[in-house]
Amino acid sequence: MMRALMGALIIGLAAPALGIYLVQRRLSLIGDGIGHVALTGVGVGLLLNQSPVLSAVIVAAIGAVGVELIRERGRTSGDLALALLFYGGIAGGVVLVALSDDANSNSLVQYLFGSLITTSPEDIAVIAVLGAAVLIAMVAFRPALFAVCNDEEYARVSGLPVRALNIVMAVTTAVTVTIAMRTVGLLLVSALMVIPVAAAQQVTRGFRTTMAAAMVIGLVAAGAGVVVSAEADTPPGATTVILALAVFVAITIGAAGWRIVRRRSHPPHEVEPPDVVLQKV
Amino acid sequence: MTVVSVSHAAVGYDGREILHDVSFEVGAGEVVAILGANGSGKSTLIRTILGLTPLTRGEIDLFGTPRRKFKDWARIGYVPQRLGAGSGVPATVGEVVASGRLARGGIFRLPRTADKTAVRDALTAVGLLDRINDPVTTLSGGQQQRTLIARALAGKPDLLVLDEPTAGVDAASQEAFAAALGRFQSTGGSILLVAHELGPLRPLIDRAVVVHEGRIAHVGPPPEPAGHHAEPDHDHVHPHAVPQPTGICVAPTDRIAAN
Repeated sequence: MMRALMGALIIGLAAPALGIYLVQRRLSLIGDGIGHVALTGVGVGLLLNQSPVLSAVIVAAIGAVGVELIRERGRTSGDLALALLFYGGIAGGVVLVALSDDANSNSLVQYLFGSLITTSPEDIAVIAVLGAAVLIAMVAFRPALFAVCNDEEYARVSGLPVRALNIVMAVTTAVTVTIAMRTVGLLLVSALMVIPVAAAQQVTRGFRTTMAAAMVIGLVAAGAGVVVSAEADTPPGATTVILALAVFVAITIGAAGWRIVRRRSHPPHEVEPPDVVLQKV
Repeated sequence: MTVVSVSHAAVGYDGREILHDVSFEVGAGEVVAILGANGSGKSTLIRTILGLTPLTRGEIDLFGTPRRKFKDWARIGYVPQRLGAGSGVPATVGEVVASGRLARGGIFRLPRTADKTAVRDALTAVGLLDRINDPVTTLSGGQQQRTLIARALAGKPDLLVLDEPTAGVDAASQEAFAAALGRFQSTGGSILLVAHELGPLRPLIDRAVVVHEGRIAHVGPPPEPAGHHAEPDHDHVHPHAVPQPTGICVAPTDRIAAN
């Protein structure tokens, strides 16, 4: 339980720190796609009797860099290329897992929907190291990554290493997806990257504050998800995602309510006087 | 010294050539306007100068260095036509303007006091300091445009490159814009801008380069300030001018007539 909680908290903090850049670039679903590709990596690992986490990181990173190169080339054929890559990834994963010695439906479900309870101390060590690396990269490079995601052409004219930063983001996405697959699973991994950001931006005004708020929401949802799932005997991954969605709904309703209250107590902005004289009839 | 030198440049997309054999220069401290109708290739020209669009033939030098070898990007402040489409993640005016400091400091350096001062100075120059903590999406189109010029000014560049800075901008913002550019020029800065109409920027322009169908149709004295509308040069750039028989008119009316 303690191990499960630790793993979940690390993911809860790291996933939104990366997710905010993906949301800013309108790539909210990329984590989902990379998750599909990572499944092939899991299959490769199980087939070769190696650590599935390691092989998933490698295969997902290759997939993510491939997606980034497709994106950079142009957008028209990119959509279709992504679809081919993602479905190839999940189909390849299912076939490879079936071919491995571990072939039973349990091993597949464990990666698709997460399985914190079976997380070993070695897994936690890997999650902690990689999660810390993701966090440090996302926070330390915030100004540069913000510039690239906000206005890629401007970043290029500023002389920033745009391609290198994009590849860092792609690899970081792959790493985050893979370490999160033990917590929420490959099919729900994108949720922890995107939902805390979506919730935070309902009430924040700046990028830095959105990032901080999203990380807090991610942390709370992941922690509560583990505790609630243990109490209610529900799968921790799905429970975490539902809790994060509940936070999103609560903040959205709260913010809307607050706006209505403020509008009632403060009369609307004074309108500038018209440039022409309006005669009252 | 020349700040920008373009010689015999040709640019094309997908096998179709958009600019053919274009040559012109921007000297230190000069304000040059590239004028032309929509689709004349004027935006492509500055995108090529900045390295956003590849050059097919010819050469471009920036501050005396061939563009391919040019590394000193902090000397150039780019002001795009508009702020990228909002994705919903909020960003404050100050955060957007702070991006302009990256060319100076690189990506590994932590923000310093000098960066904060530069951001505040740049916002003061465009008259938006009071909005520093507001989300950029709450600003008007003209104020967003001024935010972009503040972002470029924050890097303390020697050359400003602006793409249609006054397109769709309210009159008050256009004046604030012109004033900020005037102050930049008075401190020795050079400016290269693309425009459809000059408006309040007219008095600042030293030289106009008129692009028509991918070629330079006219390089010469700037259109005179307001009040001299009878000036012959003025007709070359006015969007509602009567088409000129010489073929160097860039008014969209010639294309409307063709339809």
